[in-house]
Amino acid sequence: MSFINLKEKVVQVKIVYYGPGRCGKTTNLEFINRTYKKQIVSEMVSLKTHGDRTLFFDFLPFDMGKIKGYDIKIQLYTVPGQVKYNATRKLVLRGVDGIVFVADAMAKQRSKNIRSLNQLHENLQSYKESIFNIPLVLQYNKVDLKEHGIPILPTSVLEKDLNSKLKVPYFEASAITGYNVAATLKKIISSTVVSIQKKLL
Amino acid sequence: MNYGIVSQEQLEQIDTILNEKLIKLGVDCVIIIDMAGNIITAKDNGENKYDVYSFAALAAGNFATVDAMAKLVGEQEFSLLFHKGQESNIHFSKIDDELLLISMFGREISLGFLRLNVVDVIEKIRKVWGSK
Ligand SMILES: Nc1nc2c(ncn2[C@@H]2O[C@H](COP(=O)(O)OP(=O)(O)OP(=O)(O)O)[C@@H](O)[C@H]2O)c(=O)[nH]1
Ligand SMILES: [Mg+2]
Repeated sequence: MSFINLKEKVVQVKIVYYGPGRCGKTTNLEFINRTYKKQIVSEMVSLKTHGDRTLFFDFLPFDMGKIKGYDIKIQLYTVPGQVKYNATRKLVLRGVDGIVFVADAMAKQRSKNIRSLNQLHENLQSYKESIFNIPLVLQYNKVDLKEHGIPILPTSVLEKDLNSKLKVPYFEASAITGYNVAATLKKIISSTVVSIQKKLL
Repeated sequence: MNYGIVSQEQLEQIDTILNEKLIKLGVDCVIIIDMAGNIITAKDNGENKYDVYSFAALAAGNFATVDAMAKLVGEQEFSLLFHKGQESNIHFSKIDDELLLISMFGREISLGFLRLNVVDVIEKIRKVWGSK
């Protein structure tokens, strides 16, 4: 849940990047961190293992500037994608306002994406939140691999697997080159801010 | 449940309590956060420049982890969460299911003294919170 400080006119918004292991969540935040230096006031915090896998979360505070006189502070988080870390994934989801589900477009990851999305659904239920209500954007990541001859799931398949019931905005992306990373971020921020404004009215 | 919005009046009352009961006694920095890692308010003695947003995210994660461990071993909660350093210490205290009070203090204050004051502060904050 977003926190709104009426005294200092600050709104804090929590956005979580969720998805299976190695799908590119951390890479999304790293790209944002490099690209938007001006809007990022402090260092990215990464709690990770020696092998660079996320152990708990990455955290990146992102300053949106003002909307209707309120200072919007976006807090970006990633979850650890490895199967064994579901307890920590749940902790990171606490109080979430908006979610980017990063799917791995590599053909061999097809079932992992589906399992991860199902688990997101369950994890949100444990907070009495619904995947059908929360602002959500899907990102089909690693599309750059197609050029290297690596089998990639066509977007139509990913849409059918993941988005046929949800019907939320989606982007093909490449976190490593930055393709559609900003578009994904902008979309989730605007959906989330709109949803918070609705709650305020 | 609408703790997500706090009135200006409530925040001012809470800030006054934190200043009078903790900062004036020599506590370096006090932060109230929610369990999602949002900052409700932060007060310091003017000397410390912590990156409070990163701190809040880490503190919420730290508290949540210890809480989950308590449940795993069959405890309701571990009531004392305290990190001791050479120059500074951090003390965590639960205000209610959603809010945490975090105090950072140096060598000149004893843990016992801090805890007494924190208990007092929490009682007062609960009253302000309940008054809306
Ligand atoms: N080719 C390609 N590789 C990518 C892309 N995004 C991420 N990777 C690579 O995939 C690997 C895993 O990326 P991470 O960002 O660490 O993945 P993660 O989702 O944070 O993984 P966990 O922390 O374990 O959940 C790294 O080697 C990245 O360089 C992409 O768009 N294209
Ligand atoms: Mg990661």
